[in-house]
Amino acid sequence: MSSTLIINILRFILLLMAQVVLFNNMALFGFITPYPYLLFILLYPVDGNKLGLIASAFLLGIILDMFGNSGGVHAASCLVLAYFRPAIFKFSFGLSYEYQTIRINDVLTPERFSFILIAVVMHHLTLFVLEVFRLSSLWDILLRTVFSTVFTIVVSIILIYLFKPARR
Amino acid sequence: MQQIFNFIFRNSTRLLFLLLLFISLFLTIQSHSYHKSRVISSANFLTGNVYEQVNSVSEYFQLRDENDILAAENARLKELLFNAKDTSAKIPNDSIRGVNKNQIIVSKVINNSYNAYENYLTINSGAAQGVRPDMGVVNSSGLVGIVDKVSKNYATVISILNIKSQINAKIKKSNHFGSLVWNGKNTGFVQLIDVPRLAAVRRGDTIVTGGQSVIFPPDIAIGTIDKIYTDNITNYYTINVKLFNDMTSLGHVYVIRNKDREEIINLEKATKGE
Repeated sequence: MSSTLIINILRFILLLMAQVVLFNNMALFGFITPYPYLLFILLYPVDGNKLGLIASAFLLGIILDMFGNSGGVHAASCLVLAYFRPAIFKFSFGLSYEYQTIRINDVLTPERFSFILIAVVMHHLTLFVLEVFRLSSLWDILLRTVFSTVFTIVVSIILIYLFKPARR
Repeated sequence: MQQIFNFIFRNSTRLLFLLLLFISLFLTIQSHSYHKSRVISSANFLTGNVYEQVNSVSEYFQLRDENDILAAENARLKELLFNAKDTSAKIPNDSIRGVNKNQIIVSKVINNSYNAYENYLTINSGAAQGVRPDMGVVNSSGLVGIVDKVSKNYATVISILNIKSQINAKIKKSNHFGSLVWNGKNTGFVQLIDVPRLAAVRRGDTIVTGGQSVIFPPDIAIGTIDKIYTDNITNYYTINVKLFNDMTSLGHVYVIRNKDREEIINLEKATKGE
């Protein structure tokens, strides 16, 4: 239990630092930024404390908002993702979710990919709707969501493969 | 009582989610409103220090460019000096109020954002160095933004690439005023709106600050006219302005402190109040 806790705290800090130092400074074509920090929420233990997940997702988001001067948009989108995570699990993995045997941190399968895809789209759509905050720019919101989703997923999968725990 | 506790325990996840969501939505809406300032900003000890550390590494990659910019600015200032009437005699300090009213605080951009609709910069000088909210920020090639929040050693700046920013500007040649805004599309261009139709505007004309506010002194360079549109509803010109500044790469900046600012603002407030 305690080793899981330490791993999660480390993951929280490392992803936060990587996002602030590295990924926030990436702007492909001037506006496409990846947000792989949401891996923290995706990789949080399936059977972990739900209150802990909600609270830590909020903390993660609010710190990023502080760095990005963006009000509370990251906090809100992290909360939405953390709250609906069980529903996405159920949708993507079906029965195996009931037995709590899922591992996201592993070889990419269609189930895992659909989970990551839905989660990232949900997070990014909330993020950009709140960040742009005007219905007249609906097209721009969708465009940013689509491009950033692709970028985030690519970076996230690379990160998962890089830090995949060794098989015993 | 028992039932209330039961309800809270059963729905603790949902209740916590709703509470925190409410807080973050409140912060979001507040950050989007024009008149209220943000509660959480990067002008604080933690973020300022992190950005300063990151910047201390990344500034090495821009040293050559920074040097070139400084040398070019020096050359321009020397040119002004050498072409003055008498280069040996020092101009005596004028004791009349309103002259030499602008003080310059040198500072450095340690974080720069330009890919959102509301962009902010973080600079590494704050209240301890004399920076206060609503001071103008410029660099050697032109306008940069207006100071928003200030902590002891850091400050955030509303970039001119922020849809909330609105700055008084004019066409240098004809002295017609307008408001400088940004439409959120291209980081190289801003828009000058509400220019009267009788103004003679031509592509390539220079746009400078208007000096109708206490934030910026007049005639700070902004950019050149790129395209001219006529607004069908208001019948005013909307002008696309190509910036002199490359807002995606900023180094040293100058914060302008107007010594008479407090006095002017108090006077105007008193006039309006009475």
